Amino acid sequence: MFNPLALVRKLGHAAVNRIWRLGFATRFLFGILKYSGTSFRRLHLTLREIYFSGVLSLLIIVVSGLFVGMVLGLQGYETLQRYGSTEALGILVALSLTRELGPVVAGLLFASRAGSSVTAEIGLMKSTEQLKAMDMMAVDPIARVVAPRFWGGVISMPLLAALFSAMGVIGGWLVGVVFIGVDDGAFWSQMQAGVDFRYDIVNGIIKSFVFGIAVSLIAVFEGYDSAPTAEGVSRAITRTVVTSALAILALDFVLTSFMFRGAS
Amino acid sequence: MNRTVLDLWVGIFVAIGIAAVMFLALKVGNLSSAHLSDTYVLQAKFDNIGGLKVRGPVKSAGVVVGRIVDITFDPATYEAVVTMNVDGRYQFPKDTFAAIYTAGLLGEQFIGFDVGGDEKMLKAGDVITKTQSAVVLEKLISQFLFSKAADGQETK
Repeated sequence: MFNPLALVRKLGHAAVNRIWRLGFATRFLFGILKYSGTSFRRLHLTLREIYFSGVLSLLIIVVSGLFVGMVLGLQGYETLQRYGSTEALGILVALSLTRELGPVVAGLLFASRAGSSVTAEIGLMKSTEQLKAMDMMAVDPIARVVAPRFWGGVISMPLLAALFSAMGVIGGWLVGVVFIGVDDGAFWSQMQAGVDFRYDIVNGIIKSFVFGIAVSLIAVFEGYDSAPTAEGVSRAITRTVVTSALAILALDFVLTSFMFRGAS
Repeated sequence: MNRTVLDLWVGIFVAIGIAAVMFLALKVGNLSSAHLSDTYVLQAKFDNIGGLKVRGPVKSAGVVVGRIVDITFDPATYEAVVTMNVDGRYQFPKDTFAAIYTAGLLGEQFIGFDVGGDEKMLKAGDVITKTQSAVVLEKLISQFLFSKAADGQETK
């Protein structure tokens, strides 16, 4: 029989659950920060994670950056030539990459490439009771497993985003100047006149840094919080990718509205 | 994995990342060219600044010699007060003429300095009094149309 009270109770349960998880995640972040001394004293732990989440993501970042830049070059040229201002292609490509596409797309790729594998690793460690075994040996799993993975992601993400933007600009140059034949000097000089280091590039790096924190926290938290079963781990991985993508897009809006509000 | 190999890869990764930031800063951004180190402040008052923007360029003979840092409205004289940071390497005479030009038909607007012949130079904090406002395209067109209409009536 249909019971409206049960429906409301279900809604309340879901809301309480969400809020409880949010609070747990925040406490988890403070736990990581508290125990992150280890990940810098024993630097090889963090270096290993930079290798797994940063170095192994290089290829996908370079290739997709190049292609995003090439598509921007083509589409930008297509629109700009209607107004006879194809020289502005450089500034179009550079601004859209350094301000938005670089941090956001690199963040999305990073979440699905590195974040998911971190979640899978920690989730599997939990389901095979390796984390409990560490606890038994008086090794704090947050200090030994979670914090290095968190910092590895936070350090890798801005570097990957900068690389993405740089490759994108090269891709846009490749299509615009080499293939289509926009003037080389105008392409670079318009870009340099229009892109400000502090206003555009540093703001983009700050964005990618924030995304790095968000994605890494979500990845380690979902792994640590996953149900210790095969199904639980797979669900945790899905949640990592979905939540990271939503967090990146929402944070991007918030950061953009603070950084680029009406000026210029 | 061997720790030295791992260190090497992480080193390469960090080097590539820093190289990308340098590329963005020097080749894409304007850190190398338009960096003004020591500047002094000048002000100019305009009746109408059109579409002038903060961070827009200040040019003399087509060369960027400064940046616009602030635009305010003076309620006493109903004029726009534009504050500029001018490169300390360049000095301009007291009777320099500041005008608002447009780069191309639809381009950005900038302040152009037309240099006068005065012996005395502008000092930091000085106000340029000789100015020319932005050309408002609508006004120009309407003036043209009205004068055309007036011409037509006279010849009748």
